[in-house]
Amino acid sequence: MNIIVCIKQVPDTTDVRIDPVTNTLIREGVKSVINPFDAYAIEEAVRLKERCGGKVTALTMGPPQAEAALKEAIGLGCDEGVLVSDRKFAGSDTWATSYTLACAIEKLEGYDVILCGKQASDGDTAQVGPGISTHLDIPQVTYVKRIAEITDKLAKVERMTEEGYDVVEIPLPCLFTVVKEINTPRMPSLKGMMRAKSAKIARWTAEDLDADPAALGLDGSPTRVVKIFTPEARKGGEMISGSCDEVAKELAELLKGEVV
Amino acid sequence: MDYLLTEQQTMIRDLARKIAQEKIKPVAAQYDESEEFAWPIMKVLAESDLFGVYIPEAYGGLGGGIMDMCLVTEELSRACGGIALGYAGTGLGTLPILLHGSEEQKKKYLPDIARGKRLAAFCLTEAEAGSDAANMKTTARKEGDKYILNGTKQWITNAGEAEIYTVIALTDKAKGVRGASAFIVEKGTKGMEFGKKEKKMGIRASATREVIFTDCEVPAANLISREGMGFIVALKTLDTSRPGVAAQAVGIAQGALDHAVDYSRTRVQFGQPISSFQAVQHMLADMGTQVEAARALAYSVARMVDAGVKSVSKESAMAKLFASDVAMKVAVDAVQILGGYGYMRDYPVEKFMRDAKITQIYEGTNQIQRNVVAAHMIKETLKK
Repeated sequence: MNIIVCIKQVPDTTDVRIDPVTNTLIREGVKSVINPFDAYAIEEAVRLKERCGGKVTALTMGPPQAEAALKEAIGLGCDEGVLVSDRKFAGSDTWATSYTLACAIEKLEGYDVILCGKQASDGDTAQVGPGISTHLDIPQVTYVKRIAEITDKLAKVERMTEEGYDVVEIPLPCLFTVVKEINTPRMPSLKGMMRAKSAKIARWTAEDLDADPAALGLDGSPTRVVKIFTPEARKGGEMISGSCDEVAKELAELLKGEVV
Repeated sequence: MDYLLTEQQTMIRDLARKIAQEKIKPVAAQYDESEEFAWPIMKVLAESDLFGVYIPEAYGGLGGGIMDMCLVTEELSRACGGIALGYAGTGLGTLPILLHGSEEQKKKYLPDIARGKRLAAFCLTEAEAGSDAANMKTTARKEGDKYILNGTKQWITNAGEAEIYTVIALTDKAKGVRGASAFIVEKGTKGMEFGKKEKKMGIRASATREVIFTDCEVPAANLISREGMGFIVALKTLDTSRPGVAAQAVGIAQGALDHAVDYSRTRVQFGQPISSFQAVQHMLADMGTQVEAARALAYSVARMVDAGVKSVSKESAMAKLFASDVAMKVAVDAVQILGGYGYMRDYPVEKFMRDAKITQIYEGTNQIQRNVVAAHMIKETLKK
């Protein structure tokens, strides 16, 4: 089984600082890590390989230093890493990013399952995973919390919902985005880390991909960021205390006053 | 201090630290309370290949040495000296095979140990043979292609949990220590049983039990080295393992010190953090200096062992006794810095103090270590 896991290198959110003037994330001096949600996707990919055999390829789009994330993924059990990196990709929104990643996946020699984290901790869009499946025209299940059954042709998975979960049957090849309930990621192994150290990470540029140049990077990105702002903090609620009757009465008065 | 670790050693230390901080630290108090053996943690250590750091690559390990084992033991002990002992005790039980085992024995046992599939234990101490190890009573009588073991080993770390035991027993009582031999005994061998689990002051997550042999039949192929070499195997094993005890002590001391520093910065008395008081600062400075000195000595001796220096008895005794005395002192001072809170079991430092104590006692009491050091010093003077 050929398994692809798409990951993203993000700033370590345990150490976030915001520029008080521009209200944007200060990226300088902040450690980069694998997007925490992608760690579950990596673990599930490795478990799928242990369950069904095959190969796991970790794929990321990003600047050259994103290679470190791919090496870490190899340390966690992935077999290969591919870095899609080119200045032409700069400014990609989720549409252009998922298009670029889909082009890279098509260049890989076949795939059965693509795994992604449910969203990235920096952008929080949760759009790239579904975007990839759309560009590749393959089915997808998002928020997967368990891969109950899987064969070469068919998978039965559980999709987390607010009330519980759906059981979804889906033909392969397909794409899953996974939630943290799906597994507990393992610690890296020394042998994996040694392998990662000497591993050659393939690096593909825009020219290596069979992609429409107009659909890449900023030009290929229909999204425009109009404004970024920190929402005003909500005012704290008001506590009413007393007996049930008193509280009910006072609440009613307050609601009337607010003209709800 | 920068100890100029190799790239591989840095990787080993960082991974051991990550596991200690993320997986062991949150459960240390719970295991101390329940006195259970921390199998889930052993599994994590196994999957991360940490059991194999000191085992040659030919037997499935990573090809490092005692220094690598020390780095892991120290980092694990920084979170919990008891859980760390499941790892370090396996190292102790493995050393007789690693140092003196035959090629077949190494091939048979080391790969499983390197993968963390099976833990090991070392059986030397008996009720009447502690510091006076030569006074052991356990015997091994040869009968055809078997040895029949009889006797009781006491306070055996990892007993019951480990699957591979290296046991010292007398094959020739008349010859005293020259009549001792070393054996590999696998758990499940008929005639091998375990006594009750001891209730200890510290290192409570570690399993300590008697190992009882009653007409226990061990294949002759499990004899390590030759008959009569048992005591030499034991002494060489202990010389090699003592830097590991030193590393455990350094880890415990560092763990206690970490808590003391953190606490002193947040604890406010007289309107300021107690870290601003010179009385506390000087204590912290002494603790830090002592821990670093102990670490430097432990690492130096570990590197001597790995470099193949022929006799390290004196130096490894020095490292063990110094580091363990430091661990005790630093842990006591950490409790002092936390004051009343330090004495409470809701705070972690009293556990470090309880855990530290054993490092002054086991693998040769510090009094015995001093005997060894002095004997070497006097012998060296006579040679001049």
